[in-house]
Amino acid sequence: MDNEEILVIDDEAAIRRLLEITLQSHGYKVLHAATAKEGLEKTAYHTPDLVILDLGLPDESGHDTLKKIREWSRKPIIVLSVLNNEEDIVSALDNGANDYLVKPFRTGELLARIRSALRVAAVKDDRPIVSFDGFEIDLSLRTVKKDNEIVRLTATQYALLALFGRNEGKVLTHQYMLREIWGKEYVGQLQYLRVFIAQLRKKIEKDANRPEHIITESGVGYRFMASQP
Amino acid sequence: MKERHPHRFSLFLAGNKIPKNRQYLFSILLVCSVSAICFLFSAYIGSQVVALIFLLTLSLTAMLFDILPVLTTAVLSALIWDFFFLAPRYHFALVYTEDKILLSMYFIIALVNAVLTFKIRQAEKIAREKEDKAKALRLYNTLLNSLSHEFRTPIAAIIGASDTLLDQPDRLTVNDRKNLLAAISSSALRLNRQVENLLNMSRLESGFLQPKMDWCDVGELVNAILQQLEEPLANHSVETDIKESLPLVRLDYGLMEQVLYNLVQNAILYTPDRSLISIRAHCPDENLEIVIEDNGRGVPEDEIGNVFDKFYRLKNSRIGGSGLGLSIAKGFVEAHNGTIDLKNRPSGGARFVLRLPAEKLYLNKEVNGQ
Repeated sequence: MDNEEILVIDDEAAIRRLLEITLQSHGYKVLHAATAKEGLEKTAYHTPDLVILDLGLPDESGHDTLKKIREWSRKPIIVLSVLNNEEDIVSALDNGANDYLVKPFRTGELLARIRSALRVAAVKDDRPIVSFDGFEIDLSLRTVKKDNEIVRLTATQYALLALFGRNEGKVLTHQYMLREIWGKEYVGQLQYLRVFIAQLRKKIEKDANRPEHIITESGVGYRFMASQP
Repeated sequence: MKERHPHRFSLFLAGNKIPKNRQYLFSILLVCSVSAICFLFSAYIGSQVVALIFLLTLSLTAMLFDILPVLTTAVLSALIWDFFFLAPRYHFALVYTEDKILLSMYFIIALVNAVLTFKIRQAEKIAREKEDKAKALRLYNTLLNSLSHEFRTPIAAIIGASDTLLDQPDRLTVNDRKNLLAAISSSALRLNRQVENLLNMSRLESGFLQPKMDWCDVGELVNAILQQLEEPLANHSVETDIKESLPLVRLDYGLMEQVLYNLVQNAILYTPDRSLISIRAHCPDENLEIVIEDNGRGVPEDEIGNVFDKFYRLKNSRIGGSGLGLSIAKGFVEAHNGTIDLKNRPSGGARFVLRLPAEKLYLNKEVNGQ
């Protein structure tokens, strides 16, 4: 896994240099691009395993670059931006970013998010079983077991947990989850989500007040972590 | 400019400029003089025409004054109309039913007129305030975004680089370590520049900026700036034309250093790589003139008037910046009683011209004179 290739699209030379050194020292191959145009070209030509994308690019908004990449690539994209308002974060995640990290960031955190995104990308789709903490979600049989005993979940609770299981490590926005589970017309009904998240936490977390698996991303959504980063 | 006129007109309409007691005085004077004129011509015009003239007067006051002075106008004009123009004249009592109806109608129309105009003005005022608020909010958000970019980016580089240096020193080569330290150093300097810009802006706004004038060698000043900007200038060409015969000029070295730094940095940021930036200094008359020009894309003509505004960023600009550099440059030049102008060059690119009235000290002449 140590030869995975990461493309850094950021117009700030200092950030590019820093990321290049940090990522290389952790065994990744690093490409970089200073503009959206260069970034799109390199994404198409080199098909990197992961893209780190800044939103404030000189030639176009990073939001647009994100949409363009998502038209033809499913590779993980981590947005790294100084913009820390909920609107930008939600829009980036809804447009297909796997994760969003606000600058300034801790390199340890960035490396953990990269590992998580790469892990999820590597085992996607054809993995019917997601396990964590003694739990096993079998996505093909639609069952959840804890230490080999069936855990009783309502249909909605299961749908929610399965959605988390399929998107391990990724931030899911409130809107996305409401749309996926309840349908388009429920996108504004945040209270549904709150209630079911609370129920689910009671069933799967050791301490529902200090969740380790269903993590709240304030104002944005939730992230499911099968293991600690 | 286009927006200013309706705005000023609204202010005028809102009566903001005229104090209340004057509004009463003007209303009374206006009604009295209109009455006097009508009275002079009362042989030729009937009482109904007088009523119409009063209504016209009232409408005018309603456009200019607050509600109470307008109501005073309405009451006063009704009384005067009754007393001087309606039969029996010089009595408040009315004989004809028709006149009674006319007077009551006049009074009601006057009141409705006053109240309606007042309401329209109130609504306009509220709409204007809302619009101003929305504009201020938009400006604030843009400002916050560009400021946060300018501050967070170097902070991100510093935190990120020091994290990497601290966490895994063994994984790094000597060269990597050197590069990370260089990134920390240049980011800290950049951050310092931004802090300096904000501090300079507040110095300018406090109005206590006193240039410390001293004899300066302009050539030395320009070279010092080019040295400071050596790294950002790596992808640009620079050409200077500063004659050795240029006299020493009395100015505040620190302030002018900041002015030239901001102008050159602006040229670096807003021109493509490999552009040419040229700096000329000469003394055509009593002034020192410094010209900084580039062969980039220039500034959109409709935005030239705004570039020196505080926090102004070019529309569609995706280049980082706090929007402070040029407004600080202008402020500092003006503190020297000088001017700064921006024009697009006919052949493309921007040209900044600084003119500073300056005391000069000709080294050669002095030597010759002695």
